[in-house]
Amino acid sequence: MGIRFVLMVNKQGQTRLAQYYEYLTLEERRALEGEIVRKCLARNEQQCSFVEHRTYKIVYRRYASLFFLVGVDNEEVSRAHTFTIMCPNELAILEFIHLLVETMDRHFGNVCELDIMFHLEKAHFMLEEMVMNGCIVETSKANILAPIQLMDKAS
Amino acid sequence: MGSQGGFGQSKEFLDLVKSIGESRSKAEEDRIVLREIETLRRRITEPDIPKRKMKEYIIRLVYIEMLGHDASFGYIHAVKMTHDDSLLLKRTGYLAVTLFLNEDHDLIILIVNTIQKDLKSDNFLVVCAALNAVCKLINDETIPAVLQQVVELLYHPKEAVRKKAVMALHRFYQRSPSSVTHLVTNFRKKLCDNDPGVMGATLCPLFDLIMIDVNSHKDLVGSFVSILKQVAERRLPKSYDYHQTPAPFIQIKLLKILALLGSGDKQSSEQMYTIIGDIMRRSDTTSNIGNAILYECICCVSSIHPSPKLFGAAADAIAKLLKSDVHNLRYMGIDALGRLIRINPEVAEQHQLAVIDCLEDPDDTLKRKTFELLYKMTKSSNVEVIVDRMIEYMISINDNHYKTEIASRCVELAEQFAPSNRWFIQTMNKVFQHAGDLVNPKVAHNLMRLIAEGFGEDDDTADSQLRSSAVESYLRIMGEPKLPSTFLQVNCPTLVSYAWSSPSICMCGMLLCFCCIQVICWVLGEYGTADGKYSASYIGGKLCDVAEAHSSDDTVKAYAVTALMKVCSYEKAAGRKLDMLSECQSLIESLSASHSTDLQQRAYELKAIISLDGIAMENIMPLDASCEDIEIDKSLSFLNSYVQKSLEEGAKPYLTEHERSRTRNISNFRNHDHHDASTHSLRFEAYEVPKPVISARLPPTASLTELAAVREQSYQREVHRSPSVGSLSDKGSQELRLRLDGVQKKWGRPTYSSAASPSTSDSESHTVNGTGKGKSFEPSSRRQPEVEIPEEKQKLAASLFGGTTSKSEKKQSGGGIKGSKATRSTADQTRATTAVVHPPVDLLDFGEPSGAASGSSSTVDPFKQLEGLVDTNQYSNVSKDPDLLSLYSDAASTSGQNQNQETGNLSHGSGNRTTKGPNLKDALGKDALVRQMGVTPATQNPNLFKDLLG
Repeated sequence: MGIRFVLMVNKQGQTRLAQYYEYLTLEERRALEGEIVRKCLARNEQQCSFVEHRTYKIVYRRYASLFFLVGVDNEEVSRAHTFTIMCPNELAILEFIHLLVETMDRHFGNVCELDIMFHLEKAHFMLEEMVMNGCIVETSKANILAPIQLMDKAS
Repeated sequence: MGSQGGFGQSKEFLDLVKSIGESRSKAEEDRIVLREIETLRRRITEPDIPKRKMKEYIIRLVYIEMLGHDASFGYIHAVKMTHDDSLLLKRTGYLAVTLFLNEDHDLIILIVNTIQKDLKSDNFLVVCAALNAVCKLINDETIPAVLQQVVELLYHPKEAVRKKAVMALHRFYQRSPSSVTHLVTNFRKKLCDNDPGVMGATLCPLFDLIMIDVNSHKDLVGSFVSILKQVAERRLPKSYDYHQTPAPFIQIKLLKILALLGSGDKQSSEQMYTIIGDIMRRSDTTSNIGNAILYECICCVSSIHPSPKLFGAAADAIAKLLKSDVHNLRYMGIDALGRLIRINPEVAEQHQLAVIDCLEDPDDTLKRKTFELLYKMTKSSNVEVIVDRMIEYMISINDNHYKTEIASRCVELAEQFAPSNRWFIQTMNKVFQHAGDLVNPKVAHNLMRLIAEGFGEDDDTADSQLRSSAVESYLRIMGEPKLPSTFLQVNCPTLVSYAWSSPSICMCGMLLCFCCIQVICWVLGEYGTADGKYSASYIGGKLCDVAEAHSSDDTVKAYAVTALMKVCSYEKAAGRKLDMLSECQSLIESLSASHSTDLQQRAYELKAIISLDGIAMENIMPLDASCEDIEIDKSLSFLNSYVQKSLEEGAKPYLTEHERSRTRNISNFRNHDHHDASTHSLRFEAYEVPKPVISARLPPTASLTELAAVREQSYQREVHRSPSVGSLSDKGSQELRLRLDGVQKKWGRPTYSSAASPSTSDSESHTVNGTGKGKSFEPSSRRQPEVEIPEEKQKLAASLFGGTTSKSEKKQSGGGIKGSKATRSTADQTRATTAVVHPPVDLLDFGEPSGAASGSSSTVDPFKQLEGLVDTNQYSNVSKDPDLLSLYSDAASTSGQNQNQETGNLSHGSGNRTTKGPNLKDALGKDALVRQMGVTPATQNPNLFKDLLG
């Protein structure tokens, strides 16, 4: 599915979680996050939840003050090569974000921005279960949370 | 609940998180992080840090990097933590390492050993943690170190391990396919794993494999179809359901795979028809996820061998999507339509008004998607309208990335479908005017070539008409008051907003003209006087104007003076008396003393040519010979006898530059007291280039190069135009020299004899020409787009879609409009009725319901209630952290209720409501906990605790 990064950024543009599936330097990340957040913040809620940004297509969703942004490969469109496969299914990504939030909600119980900040590693662990190599690999909340719960018990 | 067990972190950590959360500017955040870096630098090296404390330090490092600062001083501690016995610490260590390091970092070597050990662990969670790290950290060289173990883990008793092992192998395949080619059969086996999670994960590598080689996987079609069938029939565990849809993400992945396998394969496709039809029928079009699946089905249907039945279902689904009020769904609809028209373009016709609505929507994403659709459905009958629209849009945006994209699409469509050459020229002019700095320089050549070649038939009158119209149009463009400043004004927004990103853009006003001016000068030079309408002196005057307007730009002056030379020589060749305007004379005089050797050369050549007689002139500068072939004797064999003779007379043999450089001292010395301009001609040693001269002369060039670098992202740049620099650098320093090639291609070799100058460029254009013959320029008798003022939309629809059908040519203008009228009225009606039933509510509007009036009515502000529970005086700034999901459900129930008038799915909405109670308590609980930990919100309403709904 070609997910290239998952970001959680609040309304003030402060990053709350960042996971990249390709290597970018610190400067590149900083610049990218700034540009994307500026773009998404400028949009109103009636507009599409999708924004193109250079080689990325960004699917974003807002929950309270927190934006969840997922960058996917942007499809190349050309007339000669009309059959494009690597197209992202933007709606599916949008729902994937919601699944992530639901999963976090199940674990934290009424998840809020603070939960993510205080348990950054756990939020990352969940994401690690759900996405590998830029692909969605697990969508069962039980499966996603099982290792984390086991770990909680053990420690 | 997890959080109720206490945050488990020290007050120090909570304070850090709190202060980061409360910071209200990037600068403040940076200060906090910098302070934190200092603290950690000291602390992390202390001896005997308790493990828990260390884990906290590592998380703090993660924060530092996440907020954009360097935490490399602590990487080694993260690496050390991966050795820990405690699972939580180990996994935290691995997490930090994967976040900090890329695959080629030096520290990776320290981790490989740990990974190897952990892959053998009895604890499957340790194995999983190691496999996660494998996916992120193993590079080509270290694959062999873990490959065998990973393969064994594919058959581990725990499904979680098998799943991650599959993904690790997938990663190896992505990194270095050759290292695992013998192992890919494992993926097929894992497809039959009895755990659905493993099966689902295996679809990822299989998708990649199939994309590369479809044919060797055709035998799997049956398996995929049967898996999809089982998934759709809810045979998978309930936990995979998402919003009552069975394993939607697996369904989508399977549909993507089927789309690949069925493409152009009737037999395979037929196996899929039933299941795709079933899924489309069952899909729940009221939910996002249902529509996501539906969209994927449409993609699949448009990719596989067409089935009329599925095509009909897909068309109906698209109609529903396009009728939606939700932008996201319309976006998907437009995208899907773009796919379906590949099977049958007629399908677009029934949606013409919806498409135009999307085109005119203020939402840029939607608009852009619609342009993409139009681009796909462009044909000779609607190219004019579409390209006009695209140019209009191109002018309105100031994002160079998309401007470039649209400009190149305009050019592509125009080249492919232009109804007439005249239109083509006008269109190209517009593109140059507004995005001249962004289009491929090759485009300018295509245009010049087209003007030179005409229709390629023996229709001389048409050709000359074309040329005169080109001349007219350029004279008009020049007539617009002050060429450069107009262009600069047009581009002011671009300039302002992009100046920061690259200083070279500051030159874009000038550069804009480059393509344009190049074409203008060339056309005026070649054909300015051809039809006798304009006198040589008039054209000459115009060319002087160009040169004067760009007095700081040698390249432009070079264009102008060469064009002037052509005008003069044609004039003389035709036997007319040549009146040079005084301004032309003075231009030539001033150029003869120019700092640029190239301009000097050109000026002197011009002077020399003017003094020749008409016959000589005709030979040197044949009229309209830009398409003639010219043979160039590159080996200069005609000089052989001369060289031979000289050698016999005792002349020194020629030395290559390399050989000469050994004797540079002498030549350098001799060179030194020479005339200023010639310092460039006899310099063999790379002494420092005189700075002031360069800066005076090179700005346009320098910026050109820089800009070109920017442009390279979007298209390959063929050549570079900058003749002045070319000649400057002829024998000069290395980097300048590199650009010389491009120069020759563009404008001939300026330092050669005057005759060679235009002809080289001509031969160049001729060679390019061979490739472009396939272009279809249709006769200019095409219909005009009848876009008029009233019912503009209908007209637009007619002109866009009127020609979509094959029989369009006849019914186009009449039928198209009539059809659209009918559609329109029904569409209006439906819209009117729907508007009554339920006001447009964005289903995806999960944020603050401030905008939608209908939303606020049913939304309960938790803080209103909070205030009731907590003493407002005491806690006027009480920390309230409402949970994200309840907010969501709040909004969802709102929109849900609106929607439910149709769906009757009200229980869901009210079900969400019930979660409100615990939410409040939770919020208060968390608040209290935070306070216990000593984190008290500052009085000035910090962001983190801010009333999110307010």
